Amino acid sequence: MAIEKTPRNLMNEQDPQVRAHNFSEVALGYTPEQAMAEAKRCLQCKNAPCRKGCPVSVRIPEMMQAVAEGDFDKAGEIVKSTNSLPSVCGRVCPQEEQCEKFCIRSRIDEPVAIGAVERFVGDYLLAKNQKPQKVESKGYRAAVVGSGPASITCAAELQKAGVQVTVYEAFHKAGGVLTYGIPEFRLPKSLFKSEIDTVLDLGAEIEFNTVVGKTITIDELLEENDAVFIGSGAGLPSFMGIPGENNNGVYSANEYLTRVNLMGAYKSDSITPVQKGKNVAVIGAGNVAMDAARTALRMGAEKVSIIYRRGREEMPARKDEIHHAEQEGINFMLLTNPVEMIGENGWVKGLKCVKMELGEPDASGRRRPVAIKDSEFIVETDMVIVALGTTPNPLIKDSCKELATNPKGTLIVDEGMMTSVDNVYAGGDAVTGAATVILAMGAGRKASETILAKLGIKQD
Amino acid sequence: MNKIITKRRLACNVCEYVVDAPRVAKKAKPGMFIILRADEEGERIPFTICDYSAEEGTVTILVQEVGYSTAKLAQIPEGGYIHDFVGPLGKPTDLSEFSRICLVGGGIGTAVIYPQAKYLKSIGKAADIIVGARNRSLIMYEDEFKASAKELFLTTDDGSYIRKGFVTDVLRENLDKGLYDCVMAVGPMPMMRAVCNLTKEYGIKTVVSMNPVMVDGTGMCGGCRIKVGGQIKYACVDGPEFDGHEIDWTEAMNRLGAYKEKEKETYCRLTGEKE
Repeated sequence: MAIEKTPRNLMNEQDPQVRAHNFSEVALGYTPEQAMAEAKRCLQCKNAPCRKGCPVSVRIPEMMQAVAEGDFDKAGEIVKSTNSLPSVCGRVCPQEEQCEKFCIRSRIDEPVAIGAVERFVGDYLLAKNQKPQKVESKGYRAAVVGSGPASITCAAELQKAGVQVTVYEAFHKAGGVLTYGIPEFRLPKSLFKSEIDTVLDLGAEIEFNTVVGKTITIDELLEENDAVFIGSGAGLPSFMGIPGENNNGVYSANEYLTRVNLMGAYKSDSITPVQKGKNVAVIGAGNVAMDAARTALRMGAEKVSIIYRRGREEMPARKDEIHHAEQEGINFMLLTNPVEMIGENGWVKGLKCVKMELGEPDASGRRRPVAIKDSEFIVETDMVIVALGTTPNPLIKDSCKELATNPKGTLIVDEGMMTSVDNVYAGGDAVTGAATVILAMGAGRKASETILAKLGIKQD
Repeated sequence: MNKIITKRRLACNVCEYVVDAPRVAKKAKPGMFIILRADEEGERIPFTICDYSAEEGTVTILVQEVGYSTAKLAQIPEGGYIHDFVGPLGKPTDLSEFSRICLVGGGIGTAVIYPQAKYLKSIGKAADIIVGARNRSLIMYEDEFKASAKELFLTTDDGSYIRKGFVTDVLRENLDKGLYDCVMAVGPMPMMRAVCNLTKEYGIKTVVSMNPVMVDGTGMCGGCRIKVGGQIKYACVDGPEFDGHEIDWTEAMNRLGAYKEKEKETYCRLTGEKE
C-alpha cells in the first residue's frame, strides 16, 4: 500500500525582519492541531530506528501515537520516563543528526518533525504546571556540582528516587550554559527555570555562589554525601592564537553571551557594559557562533558576518540555526580563515583573512581546509567574537589530584560515569568537552542510574 | 546574602568592609580574591581578600569608589547585606622559595600585600614593606604594616607625608644594597610596570597581582586573559599573580580601559551628574 506524501508541518515563526530586533523566541511552536497532524505522519515502525538516534532513547513512536490521539498527558508520561527536559530538548537538540536522521518517513517525503512534537508535549506539561510528588527520603545524600543540563537531570532522577540532593552552583543563578550561554530567543529562560523549580519542588536544595574546588572541595563533599556528581561544564574559551587577539573589542563567545544573557546587558537599563559593534565578525560556525551572531544583530549591529574556514556542508551548527541566521540576514563568509586581528589605538579595526579550499579529509572525516596562496584580504570590523569551543576548566581537577583526566584535561569516567575517585561521578561537557545539551542530560541520567544501583535503591 | 559586620573609612575614597562569609574565610589564603554583586542587578566585581579570620568567619576587603558598582556598594551601610559574595578564587601567593622579600604596595594594592605581610611575619620571614600614595590622606594601614614589617617605608607623590617621591625611588636604593631576592608589587598597573622595569635591571624575581576586567572569575568567560611570556593566561584560574617580567603591560593596560566610557556613563546615572 502506497503511503501518501504529506509534507512536514512547520511551526509558526516570528517574521525574520521583526525578530532580528527582539529577544523573543523565534519559533512559536505547534498548535494542538498541528502537533496531532504531525504525529500522524509517524509510520509506527516496529523497530523504531529513531530511538537509536536519541541519546536518551525517548520512546518516540509511543509518544507520537499518544499525540496523534490527542492524549497529551499520556504523551507527557511517555517522554518524561526517559527525558526530564522535553521542552529544552525539543528546542536545542540537533535532531537532524539524531532521531530524525533515522526516520523511515524520509524515504517517502520528509522525516517526522520529532523535535517539534517533543517541544509541544514538553510545553503542554509546563503549562499544566503540576507540582511533582515529593518522594520519601531513603536516608541517602548526594551532592551535585553545577546546575546545567547534566547536573539538573542527575539531581532530578536522584531526588525522585528518594536521595536528598544539594546542588552547588558557582554563579548567582541556576542553569549553567542554558542561562549564560543559549540566548532567550532560542531557549526562553523561563522554560529552564521551571524545570529547575520542579527539581526544587521535589525537595532538592541549591546553594548559589559556591565554587566547588574553591569554596568547598570534593573531599569535603564526600564526607557529607554518599555520592558526588560533577557536571561543571566546559571551561576556558579557546582563542585562535593569532596576533592582535587581545585588542579591545575581541570577545570570546562565552564572555559576550554571558554579559548579554546572564548579566542582562540586553536590557536597555542594564549596568553591565558590553560593546555594541556596528560591524561584527564571528569566528566559527557552531551553535554558539550562530547564537553570538544573532545576539549581536539583536544588540543593534548593522552587519554581522560568520567567518568559517571550511565550507557550508562542514558547518557544525544545527540546520535550523543556520537557516534562521540566514533568514535574519547574517552574512556567511565561508572558506575564510583569519590570520591576524588588526588593531588601532588598542581597538580591533579589521581582520586579515586568507581564502581557503578543501583538501583531503582529516582525522575528523571533514575535508581539511588549506590556505590559498596570495589570497589575503581585509575584513573591516569593529567587534570580533571568537566561537571556537573551549578547553576544560582546571579548577576542580586542581583541587582534587586523584581525579584522573585525559591529556586534553577532561575527566575520565567509566561506562557508569564514575570517575577515578570512588563515589564521584561526572558527566556533560566536563567529560566530553563542549558538546550538546542532550548528551549532557544523557550522561546525568546514566550517572544517576549507577548511583542508585550502588546505593541499592531499586529503579524500574 | 552576606552581612557587612563593620565598615570604616581608611582613606578619602577607600573603605574597609569586614564581611560575614564563614565558608570563604575557612578557605582563604593570601593572594586570593572574591567576586561580589552589591545588589540583585549588580555587576560581578572582583576584590582581593585583604584579611580573613576562619575563627570569626569573616573576610575583609578594601573598596575604592571608582565607578558605578563600587559606589552602589558604598551605599550599603554597616549591618547591611551584600547580595552575592563568592570565593575564595584564584591561586594563593607562593613565595616559599624566597627569604629576603620586599612587598611594594600602591593605592588599593595595599589590600593584597597586607595579608602576605602578616603571613611572612608569622613564619619568621618578615618582609620590608614599601607603600606609596599620591598624598597623605590616601595612606592606609600604617600601624598594621608597622606591626608586620621588618622595616616600613612610606612615600607620597606630593611629599605631604614622610618621604616625597615614588615607591621605585626607595626600591632602587634598597636593591642597590642587595637586600632582596624577591619583590612582590601590587597596585595600579603603571606602578607595577615601573617596579618590574626597575627590578629587571637587577634581575630580581618580581611577582605582581593582576586586576583585569573579569566576569565570572571561575575560568569560563576569558575576559581576564593576559599575555604572559607570549602565552594567553587567565587571571582568574591561572593567577591572579604572575611573573611581572613576563607580562605584556601595554596590552594589559589597554584591556583594562575597555569599559571606561560606559562606566563613566552609568556612574553619572547614579550621581545625577552630566557627563
